[in-house]
Amino acid sequence: MTNTTTPRGDAPSAPAPVGTGSTGTRVLGAVALVLVALTALYGLVISPPDRQLGETIRIIYMHVPTVSVAYIAFIITAVSSAMYLWKRTEFWDLLGASSAELGVLFFALTILEGALWGKTTWGTFWEWEPRLTTSAVLLLVYIGYLAVRAIPADARTRATRSAIIGLVAVVNIPIVHKAVDWWRGLHQGRTVMSTIDPEMGGSQLVAMYLALLAGLIVFVWLLIHRFRVAFLAERAADSGLEHAIEQRRVEGATS
Amino acid sequence: MADYLAQIRLVLVKDLRLELRSRIALGQVLPFAVLVLFLFAFALDPDGDVLEVATPGLFWVTVLFSAVLILQRTFALEADDGVLDALRLSGLAPSAIFLGKVSALVVQLLVLEAVLAVGVAVLYDVTFSGIGLLVLVALSATVGIAASGAIYGALSARLKSRDTLLPVLLLPLLAPVLISATRGFEIGLRHEAGGGWSWIGLLSVFALAYLALGAVLFRPLLEDA
Repeated sequence: MTNTTTPRGDAPSAPAPVGTGSTGTRVLGAVALVLVALTALYGLVISPPDRQLGETIRIIYMHVPTVSVAYIAFIITAVSSAMYLWKRTEFWDLLGASSAELGVLFFALTILEGALWGKTTWGTFWEWEPRLTTSAVLLLVYIGYLAVRAIPADARTRATRSAIIGLVAVVNIPIVHKAVDWWRGLHQGRTVMSTIDPEMGGSQLVAMYLALLAGLIVFVWLLIHRFRVAFLAERAADSGLEHAIEQRRVEGATS
Repeated sequence: MADYLAQIRLVLVKDLRLELRSRIALGQVLPFAVLVLFLFAFALDPDGDVLEVATPGLFWVTVLFSAVLILQRTFALEADDGVLDALRLSGLAPSAIFLGKVSALVVQLLVLEAVLAVGVAVLYDVTFSGIGLLVLVALSATVGIAASGAIYGALSARLKSRDTLLPVLLLPLLAPVLISATRGFEIGLRHEAGGGWSWIGLLSVFALAYLALGAVLFRPLLEDA
């Protein structure tokens, strides 16, 4: 079933979409699957272990895409938040919220991978490594966004609250970065967890770029579907209300 | 401009007058903050030098928790009696209302910090040196806490779950302030050379960023949130 855009508050006679897929997303989904398979092939089988990191480099192939996608998601949320406060349209509100949700998901994955990497490398699940700490703080900041999103309110109020948090939170990202870097004594340069080693060569580099591309395509696919689900949920809430009003009218007529 | 400053002063004076008449911050939050100093001493060994070493961190954690209480109090007053709506209708510029509230919060927090400073000096046997650095760290951190706190305080004021929501929203946001203020205090108290200014710089960036953001966002915040 193709995605049908029903105008807000339209009569129930309009064809109700039953799914979130469309030709475009099916193609995108197929591309994502192929890229994920190729990433697995290169990341797990073809590429050799790293000279310094050994087999744990295979976690990095996952780690770099998830953290990059999470930051992209939060930037999309911030732009959508600003656009919502300017344009006041449902599109920007739902896009920002969908993106924030995915950002939290990918950040949680990042922290999980970081913990697994830490267990194999340092012997502990958690070290106060600058990038991991930054991710944890920002995850908590954005969990607040989702908490506010979950509070029942009329659409405009909820959207305004979310947009404000989306903007307040994104300003925090560079400040948390600096504070944590200085706190952990990392004044400049990069950490093992966050950049591609320049000495990385051949199939390792292929695996890394494949993983980045796969992560990005998977994110776009998820974002489109999440947005459509959010859109349909709004329509369902509208029609639920209309249905309830209709029922009360019938009750009033029969009593 | 003079009119704008007068608007800020109006809100500032109103908030401080409310506090002076109700004495919530003075009569309840301040004793709470001092109580927390005692709790830390009970939890950690007061005979060793743990307390003295941890003083900068304990000081700022106490300030953050107390700030949440002051914020809840400040904005609950507004929301419960529909004052936020009245402020909206008053014709004052939303950014002036924001800056007025931030100023009132800064005054209250600075009083609290002064009392806490005396508290740690007496209870944890801390000698204050490097006063200039400590004052600048405290000032920049306090403006940052007040500015971000006023945004989230106003945002959560009208919600039934505001008491639990505000700390969940605000405390992670203040993580860089806690880190920077604590490091700044450590450097100040230990006479360490250098380093302190970069923390003040970071705290100032935080404060200015949220002052600017709050000034812009307070209109939609008052009208729709």
